[in-house]
Amino acid sequence: MSEMSGAAALMAALEKEKVEFIFGLPGGANLPIYDALVDSKIRHILVRHEQSAAHMADGYARIKRKAGVCFATSGPGATNLVTGIATAYADSSPIIAVTGQVALPMIGKDAFQETDIIGVTNPCTKYAFQPRVASEIPEMVKKSFYIAESGRPGPVLVDIPKDVQQQITRMEFPEYIKVRGYNPVVDADLSEINKACEMLLKAEKPIIMAGGGVILSGAFSELQALAELLSIPVVTTFKGKGAFPENHQLALGPIGMHGHAEANKMVLEADCILAIGARFSDRTVGRFDEFGKDINVIHFDVDPAEIGKNKSVNAAVIGDVKSSLRSLIKLIPKNFKTNEEITKLWMARKRELVNYYEDSIKDYSREITAKKALKKLRELLPAEGIVTTEVGQCQMWASLHFDVISPGTFFSSTGLGTMGFGFPASIGAKAAKTDVPVVDIAGDGSFNMTENSLAVSVLEELPVIVFLLNNQMLGMVAQWQRTFYNRRYSGVHQRNCPDYCKLAESYGAQAFRVSSMDELDKAIKNSLKSDIATVIDIPIDPDEDVYPFVAPGTGLKDMIIGA
Amino acid sequence: MTNKKSVFDEENANKMYILSVIVENKPGVLFRITNLFRSRNFNIESITVGITEKPDLSRMTITTVSDVKTLEQLVKQLQKLIDVIQINVLNKENAVYRELALIKMNAKDPTTRIEIANFASIYRGNIMDISNETITVEIIGTPDKIDAFKNLVSSYGIIQVARTGVSALPRGAVDDDL
Repeated sequence: MSEMSGAAALMAALEKEKVEFIFGLPGGANLPIYDALVDSKIRHILVRHEQSAAHMADGYARIKRKAGVCFATSGPGATNLVTGIATAYADSSPIIAVTGQVALPMIGKDAFQETDIIGVTNPCTKYAFQPRVASEIPEMVKKSFYIAESGRPGPVLVDIPKDVQQQITRMEFPEYIKVRGYNPVVDADLSEINKACEMLLKAEKPIIMAGGGVILSGAFSELQALAELLSIPVVTTFKGKGAFPENHQLALGPIGMHGHAEANKMVLEADCILAIGARFSDRTVGRFDEFGKDINVIHFDVDPAEIGKNKSVNAAVIGDVKSSLRSLIKLIPKNFKTNEEITKLWMARKRELVNYYEDSIKDYSREITAKKALKKLRELLPAEGIVTTEVGQCQMWASLHFDVISPGTFFSSTGLGTMGFGFPASIGAKAAKTDVPVVDIAGDGSFNMTENSLAVSVLEELPVIVFLLNNQMLGMVAQWQRTFYNRRYSGVHQRNCPDYCKLAESYGAQAFRVSSMDELDKAIKNSLKSDIATVIDIPIDPDEDVYPFVAPGTGLKDMIIGA
Repeated sequence: MTNKKSVFDEENANKMYILSVIVENKPGVLFRITNLFRSRNFNIESITVGITEKPDLSRMTITTVSDVKTLEQLVKQLQKLIDVIQINVLNKENAVYRELALIKMNAKDPTTRIEIANFASIYRGNIMDISNETITVEIIGTPDKIDAFKNLVSSYGIIQVARTGVSALPRGAVDDDL
């Protein structure tokens, strides 16, 4: 027990949680916190916009599998975080957002830079704290980490009034905390696992649909063991991309609106779907009523509220998916043998579909296409390299044409679909894992939104590679306008502005503009060798579309494989 | 939960349910709950909040009309809120539930006053206020009973109504440990 200010207690509590990085930007209402930061061991990363701070904390969290921390001041500082917080919420990523708030006597007086940030973020935070006296801070911080990281992870807000930051009082740092209304992990019901096991064993054409929950719980080896044991092909949701090595013979890749054609097709032909840590989102399943109709659907998830939310299922196993999968594997009899005939047929069907779509989905012909560029990136990037994406066509091309080999090395803003997420998130990922290359597969539209994070990547020596598929367009919107609005383009032309090479260079980053596959090859190799932030500007044709495509409101069976 | 199997297994269309929700007694909790109803498109018929036998806990009684699937999702989403400690799904059979209503009517004419007073006593209501022009009756009972009384006296001209919303407790022994 010792006397200190609320701000100092915040820093001490964060140190106790072994926080390595804080991504943030100071302002009037968090000056005491920034003063306490001077005496802290924790490294502060100064961002150029608070949205990027939240994305960096998010990217850090996804790779480190531990909460990331971001700081902002009250009012606009706090509201600038909101997009980042909502992104983390949609993708169940644990971040702790610490905002300054006006002093207690000023709350409710419409003070300068006052926002009710707890009210604003209520629908997109797992919980929010506002200490009213400084002595509450240590316990609230500890609870924040516990709530953010456990169960289905998510963002937690800690909003600290300025006078509470300044208040000096005796502090106690609790070793143990209990949150009475919160029981994040329940033991899975064994009878449901049994039921699931029976369904799987008697299925002739089973398929696994792995979601983001597999990545969050780190259940990679369990997933692979189950798939191999029963020879079950694995599709993923987009969030689950990379939960299973995509070069594995059982891997089919992501399903959904821009899923792999063979994956979408196999799901339609399956007679039993095992969904693991997935939430049956509209982008993944197309139509809720059509998906998995008349067949056994098994759902493993840590969040009870996901069971039956979008899809009624035949067996539901609630609990951490890693331990549920372990229990399931244990239930499979030692001497169990899959019916070879049937398995062979199912595997042959998989190969047949892969070959069929390889031949029938025509490649866009040009010296450099998104597909060719991404295949080249895969060829040159080491398997353990981390890849994130922006949002739009670049993201869907990444989903289709960039195979994730090492599980857990890929992430993207899949739920909220936040343009501008990838670049700052990749810097956060680099902070979490400095010894591997980190690449942001970007489009010009998204990169524009947070490009000022170049300053952070350069100055903080957290070099990442921006792999910029530049079609001078808000490409996905343009594609929809081409497809659904009779080519009436509206508000999509970004034109050739800015010059991304000059932009990068002005921040002290290096830049390559490539006009052939050879130049691209060299640029990637050079970027991987160097240790400064790099932008590779890859001009592509604005008419290149993303296919296959399941139009919104239709089912996977209505997939279009080309224009 | 006291009635784990009963409510969710029933097959039915829209029906009234009473949720008895034990929550942390602290600022912002009511906001979180009502915001959840709004953001997930659930419907609230009435909501009452009051302190329980323990000063750090409040009991919210929420009545909602929904089908079983929606109810199940609503309960799970409520359960996810960290300030929610416990939820009991109650219905007409397994709960005692009451609502209080104050109903002010036109009553200038003495016969009317006598009639209303008679009706009130049949409904075990109390006359709370009489002025030259109005009479105010307090009725306690199930929402159906209050509706019935309202219908009965509507011809006199109802001027104002204030209803508390339903308060409820499960019947019989308590099996929760708070």
